[in-house]
Amino acid sequence: MESAPDTLEIAGRSIGSRLLLGTGGFPSLELLADAIAASASQVVTVALRRVDPSPGRRGGALIDVLAEAGVELLPNTAGCHTARDAVITARMAREAFETDWVKLEVIGDEDTLLPDAPELLAAAEQLIDEGFVVLAYTTDDPVLARRLADLGCAAVMPLGSPIGSGMGIRNPYNIALIREAVDVPVVLDAGIGTASDAALAMELGCDAVMAASAIARAQDPVAMARAMRAAVQAGRLARGAGRIPRRDYATPSTPDAGRAEFAPRGAHVG
Amino acid sequence: MILLNGERSEVRAGETVAQVLGRLGLERDARGVAVAIDGEVVPRAGWDTRVVGEGARVEVLTAMQGG
Repeated sequence: MESAPDTLEIAGRSIGSRLLLGTGGFPSLELLADAIAASASQVVTVALRRVDPSPGRRGGALIDVLAEAGVELLPNTAGCHTARDAVITARMAREAFETDWVKLEVIGDEDTLLPDAPELLAAAEQLIDEGFVVLAYTTDDPVLARRLADLGCAAVMPLGSPIGSGMGIRNPYNIALIREAVDVPVVLDAGIGTASDAALAMELGCDAVMAASAIARAQDPVAMARAMRAAVQAGRLARGAGRIPRRDYATPSTPDAGRAEFAPRGAHVG
Repeated sequence: MILLNGERSEVRAGETVAQVLGRLGLERDARGVAVAIDGEVVPRAGWDTRVVGEGARVEVLTAMQGG
């Protein structure tokens, strides 16, 4: 059915799945491992937090699980509210995980966790200058997305709605505009609630979808991981197939020509 | 006084980063760990030689589920 392999490319690297997985919120590492397998994701996010010195909580177990799963790590700067903190966190992530890839998050509001645009731009510029491959978590503003791409971000990651809200894509029009506005991959990040949201993102032209809470906090995370995987594939195929235009009225799918007439028009069947 | 991960610690000025990590139960070869002193990353290669000064803020971070 597909002639050429349809792989996602970010910063020159081929990634075999268009579903990226966040590791936050899984009730156990076992479920995380099973969900990674079911999702077929090849890139997963990981955060940096202070070492908890109590026995058995030193963070090594997570690294082991992710290494076992054979996935690439995408460190994030979650929780950073200033460009300065995000830059330092990215530098620490590079040291900890031996990757110069970073999912850049700079948060501007506690309730909505919406990005802080000026701090985000400042951090992106600094990190790109230091050789990082920056995937920028951003609002669904096409102008901001273009600014980030112009700075040299390897991908833009617009939100569908606030992190963990499960509200889906609140402004599909803007997501489609972002796809037109930038030449780098667009990864729909945040707000995905269920499989149809992921499919819609792909139908709008996104190159990939990032899901975290939608999978981790589902009643059955492994089943939801499988559903998201299928949805991303379905949405991608539908985008390529080219959907029919929306119309206000019906268009018959069966031709009118050759239709039988059993009685004069207007006569009652008796 | 030296702040270790935001808390007053028993770390004394002159200790190496590796010694500080030891206080947290971390081996020198611990994976997924990064250290910053006063906001500046200390590369792994410097853990044995870099010492902590009085009044320093030391952050020792590791992998956590997130994002």
